[in-house]
Amino acid sequence: MSPKQKPSRKALPSGLPGPDDTVRTVLPNGITVLARANFNSPSVVIGGYLQAGSLFDPDEKLGLADFTALALMRGTERRSVQQIFDALESAGANLSFSAGAHTTGFTGRSLSEDLTLLLSTLAEALRQPTFPAEQVEKLRAQLLTGLSIRAQDTADMASLTFDQILFLGHPYARPEDGWPETIQAIHRKDLVAFHRRHYGARSMIVAVAGAIEPQQAVEEVQKALGDWQNPDQPEPPALPPLNPLKQTTVRKVKIPDKSQSDIVIGTNGPFRKDPEFMPASLGNSILGQFGMSGRIGNVVREKSGLAYYAYSSLSAGIGPGSWEVSSGVNPGNVKKATDLICKEIARFIKKGVSEDELADSQSNFIGRLPLSLESNAGVVNAMLSIERFDLGLDYYRRYPDLVRSVTTEQVVLTARKYFNPDLLAIATAGP
Amino acid sequence: MNNLYHEHILANGLKVMLKEISTAPIVSSWIWYRIGSKDEPSGHTGISHWVEHMQFKGTPRYPASVLDKAISRDGGMWNAFTYLDWTTYFETMPSDKIDLALRLEADRMVNSTYASQEVASERTVVISEREGSENEPLFLLGEAMQQAAFRIHPYHHEILGDLADLKSIRRDDLYQHYKTYYQPNNAVLSIAGDFKSRAMLKRIRELFEKIPSGSPPPRLARPEPSVRGEHRLTVEGPGETTYLQISYHTPASSHPDFFPLTVLDSLLAGPSSLNMFGGGGISNKTSRLYRALIEKELAVSVNGSLSVTADPFLYTLTLTVHPRHTSEELLSAFDDEVKRIQDEPAPQQEITRAIKQARALFAYGSENITNQAFWLGHAEMFASYEWFLTYLEKLAGVTPADLQKAAQDYLRPQNRLVGTYHPTNTREAA
Repeated sequence: MSPKQKPSRKALPSGLPGPDDTVRTVLPNGITVLARANFNSPSVVIGGYLQAGSLFDPDEKLGLADFTALALMRGTERRSVQQIFDALESAGANLSFSAGAHTTGFTGRSLSEDLTLLLSTLAEALRQPTFPAEQVEKLRAQLLTGLSIRAQDTADMASLTFDQILFLGHPYARPEDGWPETIQAIHRKDLVAFHRRHYGARSMIVAVAGAIEPQQAVEEVQKALGDWQNPDQPEPPALPPLNPLKQTTVRKVKIPDKSQSDIVIGTNGPFRKDPEFMPASLGNSILGQFGMSGRIGNVVREKSGLAYYAYSSLSAGIGPGSWEVSSGVNPGNVKKATDLICKEIARFIKKGVSEDELADSQSNFIGRLPLSLESNAGVVNAMLSIERFDLGLDYYRRYPDLVRSVTTEQVVLTARKYFNPDLLAIATAGP
Repeated sequence: MNNLYHEHILANGLKVMLKEISTAPIVSSWIWYRIGSKDEPSGHTGISHWVEHMQFKGTPRYPASVLDKAISRDGGMWNAFTYLDWTTYFETMPSDKIDLALRLEADRMVNSTYASQEVASERTVVISEREGSENEPLFLLGEAMQQAAFRIHPYHHEILGDLADLKSIRRDDLYQHYKTYYQPNNAVLSIAGDFKSRAMLKRIRELFEKIPSGSPPPRLARPEPSVRGEHRLTVEGPGETTYLQISYHTPASSHPDFFPLTVLDSLLAGPSSLNMFGGGGISNKTSRLYRALIEKELAVSVNGSLSVTADPFLYTLTLTVHPRHTSEELLSAFDDEVKRIQDEPAPQQEITRAIKQARALFAYGSENITNQAFWLGHAEMFASYEWFLTYLEKLAGVTPADLQKAAQDYLRPQNRLVGTYHPTNTREAA
């Protein structure tokens, strides 16, 4: 056993993952496996994804990728839903699937003694699901109930409406979990066909972190999934260009009898791989994250007492991202809060940020790194980001320098590139 | 997980719990005060939670704007929680930065300002927090259940407080509450992570021991008399989904019956995680109620909650009613399942399985230093840290007979409340 395979006790004092303690292997069928050991607790976490997201969903069957993902463990060629979950739950293990726009993801955890069970269940669900008709109908009723709860959730509806404004005419405008009528339109044969066509090992990623030697983790994944092939698997569809907003657009969803309204205000953001990602991220911290939610929190919550939560967030992924401010306020205060937030965004673009503000957020980004990588789940997420966005296995070692190299000028230029106070998407949901 | 820890009581009564964990360069520090919503008389409901908010508004040494940034600048995570029995504040920091958290907590134990304008702006923030919660059907139902379950005991009211009180509580009420309950002799400091206990204790003494102890804070001793029959209630509100809650009166968490009840919950509704941070849960698709109610499409979800409390509280099952059925049909099938566990002893194998699940959840939680520091102090709020350390052992000691007896003693209709949330936007199936 080489020292590389016993990393967690010999890692750098910071414990940050790097090329010397993270194993990355591509199996012959195209699966990339990432693994890192952590013997501090007798548990393991797995995570990963395959190229079968909701981008493949036809409009009239929106939610198909997610429905398929959620139905994978409802019965396989070998076992019933009760047998599958009896084995998992009896071991105190957990495994679940869900679909995003680009990928269908999975996440699971177990005691390290049960990793084989976890991986064999993963393989069985991915490769041999049978979508029993009775289970499909049960799941459909659960999904529909979930959607009727979503329709009553002011935060969910404001966020969904915001995406519809911002990504008009683009697939990102569509909610991955669909609509009641599209979930009703999906037949069992659609699930079977979606699975047959889109599920496959090519470009699939599996990450494992926990109390197991990385090489052994790779071998376990190889054993479970190494012989999986699907020659028909299509290339992921290309994203159409974005239609930029032509004017500030305001839309309100009425949800009667609620005591609070939710507001989402924002614009587009960078791709994760854009060089502007880090300046935007630090700018976002100053705008609506740092301390008690940055400048937005200070103005909306601390000074005005208008809201329990008010913050900004940057979502950056494979395609164009979004950069938005969210808050929940009394229905009578929607206009006041909206005006305050828009004013703060305008000030952010016009005046930029101070050296002190930037230094504070840089220090926060670097200081919090060990905390975000403390648990197996944190390490799995980090490895998946590295892979999805080509960050390099040494990313977290380089991270402090990357953060420190950002200047106030870069932050303001990035903010101006994306934010225009006259071109905002504004969505509210409430009574 | 190692079980070594150090326990000290300072001259002023502050209890210090220290646990060295060197898995990551992180320290998590929690200060616990024995004050929660259960010591609030009517007229002052929600005051403990509001005081918790005010504790972030600064002291002369650390004004709000400074306090606000200091922890974040060092890459720390911090927050606070108010519960039925306690209020707690924590900071999880890179280990070389934890001194800041200790200085800050020692300072705000005594020196918080409670400026009038801060009280005014925070009044609308706590009201907004309540309004946000009122958007949730299960908050509305849960609040009504709690009020009906406790006529005498102050578990009667919601931690967030009643709107009438949030409108009328004054600055001096808040300050008085703070001065009465924020005392070293009413607090526990629990710290876990990458440090040496000896040096840590020395530093704690320097910062905290000079704070004078106060007179023992007043308590509302109003035990709930035993219940005499089932209560039923309905709540109406917006939505399309019907919810059913069934709450059984249960003993305090330090009571020996808490352990058979924990196993009972695991069998009925699936294993619940004790982890406050990290870990995640385990699905419950093979639990008895899932098989009897969800597989049979009477409900679309089931969840069991046995709260950890200092005084007797509730074991609550929350069910989302299937759109094709009524809450009455669901309740009847639920009762059949409860009767089964009362009439027939559960197979030992089912109990063994619940223990393995609890062991796995424990292992998941131990990945997280913040979670470990949380339990080091939290357990002191209703029992002692030994409760947490022997938790798995006590669960493993539960026999089929214990389980059956707990089901017979506690899951009686006479010992429960049944609440239904009726959505106004739709109707239940006929």
